Amino acid sequence: MATFDFLLQGLLVAAQPTNLLYALIGVTLGTAVGVLPGIGPALTVALLLPVTYRLDPGGSLIMFAGIYYGGMYGGSTTSILLNTPGESSSIVTALEGNKMARAGRGGPALATAAIGSFVAGLIATLALAFIAPYIVKLALVFGPREYFALMVLAFVTVSSAFGDSTLRGLTSLFVGLTLACIGIDQLTGQARLSFGVPDLLDGIEVTTLAVAMFAIGETLYIAAQGDRGPDKVEAVKGSVWMNAADWARSWKPWLRGTVIGFPIGAMPAGGAEIGTFLSYAAEKRLTKHPEEFGNGAIEGVAGPEAANNASAAGTLVPLLTLGLPTTATAAIMLAGFQQYGLQPGPLLFATNPQLVWGLIASLLIANFMLLVLNLPLIGLWVKLLTIPKPWLYAGILLFATLGTIGANPSVFELGMLLAFGLLGYVMRVFGYPIAPVVVGLILGPLAEQQLRRALSISQGDFTVLFTSPIAAVLLVIAALALIVPLILRARGRGQVLAQLAASED
Amino acid sequence: MNKGNHPSVETRRPDRAALIIAVVLALIAGLIFWDVSRLTGLAGYSQIGPTTVPYAIACCLIGLAIWTAIEGWRGDFAEREHQEFGPVFWIVGGLAAQMLLLNTLGFSIATGILFAMTARGFGRRELWLTIPVGIAFSFFVWLIFAKLLQLSLPSGPLEHLFF
Repeated sequence: MATFDFLLQGLLVAAQPTNLLYALIGVTLGTAVGVLPGIGPALTVALLLPVTYRLDPGGSLIMFAGIYYGGMYGGSTTSILLNTPGESSSIVTALEGNKMARAGRGGPALATAAIGSFVAGLIATLALAFIAPYIVKLALVFGPREYFALMVLAFVTVSSAFGDSTLRGLTSLFVGLTLACIGIDQLTGQARLSFGVPDLLDGIEVTTLAVAMFAIGETLYIAAQGDRGPDKVEAVKGSVWMNAADWARSWKPWLRGTVIGFPIGAMPAGGAEIGTFLSYAAEKRLTKHPEEFGNGAIEGVAGPEAANNASAAGTLVPLLTLGLPTTATAAIMLAGFQQYGLQPGPLLFATNPQLVWGLIASLLIANFMLLVLNLPLIGLWVKLLTIPKPWLYAGILLFATLGTIGANPSVFELGMLLAFGLLGYVMRVFGYPIAPVVVGLILGPLAEQQLRRALSISQGDFTVLFTSPIAAVLLVIAALALIVPLILRARGRGQVLAQLAASED
Repeated sequence: MNKGNHPSVETRRPDRAALIIAVVLALIAGLIFWDVSRLTGLAGYSQIGPTTVPYAIACCLIGLAIWTAIEGWRGDFAEREHQEFGPVFWIVGGLAAQMLLLNTLGFSIATGILFAMTARGFGRRELWLTIPVGIAFSFFVWLIFAKLLQLSLPSGPLEHLFF
């Protein structure tokens, strides 16, 4: 029952009044920003990073936990009421949720999303707490070559397994890996790809890249679409409460969504979208009201929303136990850890258990706060949705540049922000996914370090990478994840994969 | 990041854009080869040094460049939607203006100009209205972040007027 003790200790840390306040600020800001159309959880976390610059690591990570969960919740509100999902993982929620809102049942749709998110978040966070120690134990037997193989697997799943093109996914990944080489080499201290520019010696900041690509790139892309007329926000009519029939039809999808979503998030399989699609398909098959699907079936909101939140918690398993980010959001959270010199992984559980368990416990607390906050405040979130586009995007760019200026008020850093923003825009125009660039930038140096360690131990013998059974299995899975989608696409079955594209998360 | 400097590669003919992307990828690979070749061979006894991984990345980039060129040649590269460049120029101009004015005019005025030019890009043409609104809003944000959260944001004449 050691896990239980740790979790209780974590709850004691998280329940300190200042930490409760941080969690409250986190969920409120996270929801408020996540609700804004076009802003997914990755950008929410990146934009709100500067708020935490001056806090101590513990408080800052607790606020982060709140921002993460709040951002996930805010996104589902947007997709139900606006039908332009702010995050790819709530596309499915928009399918049925927006139909429900149009039929005047927006209240129950929001309620089942909120309660489903709560149920899934609760179960998945507890699962995270109980699974994490086992994975940490497993990770302790991992050597450099196993870590390298694991990172290769993460690279493949993030970049090319899903989405509509292996080529473009891999190109994005290698753009990220190239950017990752910039700066001083960690093992020999030599400057690489910095061309004598002192500002480049420290490498490219992950937050600068993420904010530039997600915020500025997206803003430019939306602006370049021209005026398409205002989006219609569905008013929330009637009661926000669910009736008995809604409850009866919702609770099973919540649990099924959780069971589907958590393992998918926990595996290095990239993104919360897959779980939401699978959950939607499962609910559609199991429902007693098949005629309602496509016209606003409550199961179609309850299941995917639960799956979405369960995989969000699941993503924290590889992040906290292995230091392995599998989504752009997780990559930015890793950057948040790194700004305090903390490297998530098995060691962090040993050296700083208070911090890790405080973080896990505050996820539970954030989850409760969201349930209490969100339904009563729904009117406020709807108001945020109606901010006109010029003001909205002007504000987004203000906060996007604020983060960079706050970290490093130099013309050079802002120039990089602009350059990467343009790169993000061009990539979006040509259909290149953004998440692999961010993951490549943050994971590239770690993968290189493990590779060079493994090869130093073997004195340059490359076969050593395949001779450990764990590493060999991981590399085979990575190869399959690369090759199978290529064959599927060549045979014209690519649409299914394209639907699962991890574009924003 | 070199690619970011060429937003104008966007053309209606899909082949040409894909070929330009392929060339840019190859150029980046060449840049890596050129830069890394200057590093002295600190490879040590395992023959694995700071140059190994960049070389591997550069080789992969060349492979991707060839792949992109083939797709572009066949014309099965991604379709794309029509882009309007007017708004893009306004927003990029706003970001450039903020970048250049930040250290002389301070956070509020520089960011207010960015705010107004972004709003202009999205169709709010009344600069006489949006610039003051932007400066006032930026000043409010400056107050919260610089005074309350103690972030170091550059101050200029407007900020010095009050503090």
